[in-house]
Amino acid sequence: MVGNEPPPLAIAVGLAGLVIFFGLPLAGLLWRVPWSDITTVLREHTAQEALRLSLICSFSATGLSVLFGLPIAWLLARGRFAGLNVIRALALLPLVLPPVVGGVALFYAFGRRGLLGQWLDHWFGIRLPFTIWAAIMAETFVAMPFFIITVEGALRGLDARYEEAAATFGAGRWTILRRVTLPMIGPSIVAGMALTWARALGEFGATITFAGNFPGKTQTLPLAIYLAFENNDPAGTVLSIVLLAISVVVLVVVGSRVIGGRIQPREMPG
Amino acid sequence: MSAAGLACDVRVRIGALGLAVSLRVAPGELIVLVGPNGAGKSTLLRTLAGLLPIDAGRIELDDDVLDEPDTGVFVPAARRSIGVVFQDGLLFDHLTVVENVAFGLRSRKVVAREARRVAEDWLGRLGLADYVNSRPRELSGGQVQRVGLARALAFEPRLLLLDEPFAALDATTRVDVRRELRRHLQEIHAPKILVTHDPVEAMALGDRMIVLEAGHIVQEGAPDDVRTHPRSHYVADLIGINLLRGTLAGDVVTLNGGRQVVVAGDRTIAGPVMLTIHPRAIALHSREPYGAARNVWSTTIEEVDDEGERMRVRTGDPVPLVVEISRAGGASLAIRPGAILWLAPKATEIGVQPD
Repeated sequence: MVGNEPPPLAIAVGLAGLVIFFGLPLAGLLWRVPWSDITTVLREHTAQEALRLSLICSFSATGLSVLFGLPIAWLLARGRFAGLNVIRALALLPLVLPPVVGGVALFYAFGRRGLLGQWLDHWFGIRLPFTIWAAIMAETFVAMPFFIITVEGALRGLDARYEEAAATFGAGRWTILRRVTLPMIGPSIVAGMALTWARALGEFGATITFAGNFPGKTQTLPLAIYLAFENNDPAGTVLSIVLLAISVVVLVVVGSRVIGGRIQPREMPG
Repeated sequence: MSAAGLACDVRVRIGALGLAVSLRVAPGELIVLVGPNGAGKSTLLRTLAGLLPIDAGRIELDDDVLDEPDTGVFVPAARRSIGVVFQDGLLFDHLTVVENVAFGLRSRKVVAREARRVAEDWLGRLGLADYVNSRPRELSGGQVQRVGLARALAFEPRLLLLDEPFAALDATTRVDVRRELRRHLQEIHAPKILVTHDPVEAMALGDRMIVLEAGHIVQEGAPDDVRTHPRSHYVADLIGINLLRGTLAGDVVTLNGGRQVVVAGDRTIAGPVMLTIHPRAIALHSREPYGAARNVWSTTIEEVDDEGERMRVRTGDPVPLVVEISRAGGASLAIRPGAILWLAPKATEIGVQPD
C-alpha cells in the first residue's frame, strides 16, 4: 500500500478544513441550543406548521421532480438532435443560479402580471404567488436538477446491450423501460430522490421571493428559522436542530448506501 | 424461391465496414460463422435480430419478410421471435434465474404461472434446477451461459443466434458447455447461427461453415473442407488446423483409422477425444529421424499449395495431415506431390480435448 495513503501534510490540511467548515459551525449550533426549551418550542403552533409545510412541500417537489425529471434525463441521455446541449444547460441552470434570482424569474413567469401568470389569472382565476403551490414550484425549480443530473448519469452508464437483449426477447419499449431500464438504474433513482428531497427541504431564496413568508401557508422551516434568528428568538436554534436531525437521518439511511462512493448491489423485488 | 428457414441478403454500411452477405440456413441446420474481428459477424447477427435495419436487400424467415427497405418492411426485434445468446450472457441481474428465462414468455403475454413452469422445465433440462431462484451474479460463467441459452430457447424462437457463447469461459468450462450445447442444439429445429473464433468449436458444432472477412463471405462449405482447403491466410491460420478424432487411453490415442499417436502429459480424461495439431508444429524429414520422437511415420505428399512465403503440404496415409513449412524449408526437402517423406508430430504439440 506504499504511496496510496495521503501524506501527513494533506491529512493535516484536510482535518483543518473539516474542523473549520463543518465541525465548528455544527458545534456552535449545538452549543446555543436551549435544550430545556425544546419541547416548548416544538409545541408551538408556528413550529409545527413550518415543519408540516416543509414536509409537504419537499415531498411534493420530489414527486414533481421524478415525474418531470425522468423524461428529461432520458431525453438528455438518449436524445439525438441538435440543441441537446442547450436543453441540458437550461435544465441544469438552477444549479448555478442564485435561488433568489430563480424566485424572481418564477415570479415574472407565473406572477399575476407574469408571462403565463396573467393568462392563468385571466382565464382560470389562478394566482400562484404566495400560495403553497408557489412554495412547491420554487422547491421543484431548485431541486429537480439534482434528480436529472443523477439519473442522466446512470442512464449514460447503463449498458444499452441489456435493453437490446430485452428487445430480442420480445419486450416492447414500455416493457423494457419497466422491467429492465428502471430496475437497473433503481439505486441512482433513489439517490437522485434523496438529493432532490434534501435540496428542496433546505430551500430558502426562491421560496421567500416567489411564495413569500406567510406562517401556515408558505413559511417552511428554513424561512421560520431565519425569521426567528432575526428576532433573536431561541426557536430558531431549535428548528435548526430539527432540520439537522432530519438531514442526518436521510444521510445515514439513504446516503451511505447509494450516494457515497460505489452503488451497492442490492436485492430488488422481482 | 422462398422456403422454410432463413434466407437473407444483407447489405448495410457501418463506418468503415460494408457488409454484403447472402445466406440461407435450413430449418435445424447450424451455420458456424467465423472471421477476424471487425469482419461484420456481430453486425450480421444484429441485422438478423432486428437491432439494426439493413440499407438494402431482404431478410426472410419462414416466408415472412422481416426487413426489406425497398418495400419499407421492418419488423422490430420485439416481434421477430429470434432467440439470441450473448457473448457475456447479459442476464438481468435484478431478476432471478427463472425470471430471466421466463422473460421472453412474459413479454409475449404468457401468464406468469405458465411462463414459470416452462422456464423451470428448461432450467431442469439444462441441469440448473437447483438455481431457479438464484441471482445471476451467484452463478459461474458456464452456468450463466446455460441460463442464457435457456432464456433464448424458452419462447421457442424461429431462429437461434449464438454470438461467441463460449468466449468468456475458461478452457475446462468451455469443453463441458460445448458438449452440452451440441446435444441441445441438435434438438432445436429452428435455423441456428453460431459465431466463434475457435476452430475446434467450429468443427465440433457446425453443419456448415461460413468465413466472413471485411464484410464479405470468402469461403463457405463443410467444416472439414474449409479446414483442409483454406482459401485465405486468415482461414488457414484460424481454421486450418489438423483435427483428428480417436479414443484416449493413458497417453496413447487410437485414431479412428487405427493408427496410434502418443500425446503428452498425464491425462485425467479418457474415452473419445479430439486432437488438434497446428500445421506449423509438424516437422518434415527426408529420412527417418533418429532420437526421442515417438510419433514418426512415413507418408506420401499428395498436394502442395505454394502460398509465397510459405507452403501448405497435404500428406496421405496413414494419417492425412496438413503441414505448413517455409518456402526455404520446402525447397531443401524437394517437396512435390508423390515424394515420400518422414513426419514427426511432437507429442507436446498435440492438443487433446474430450469429444
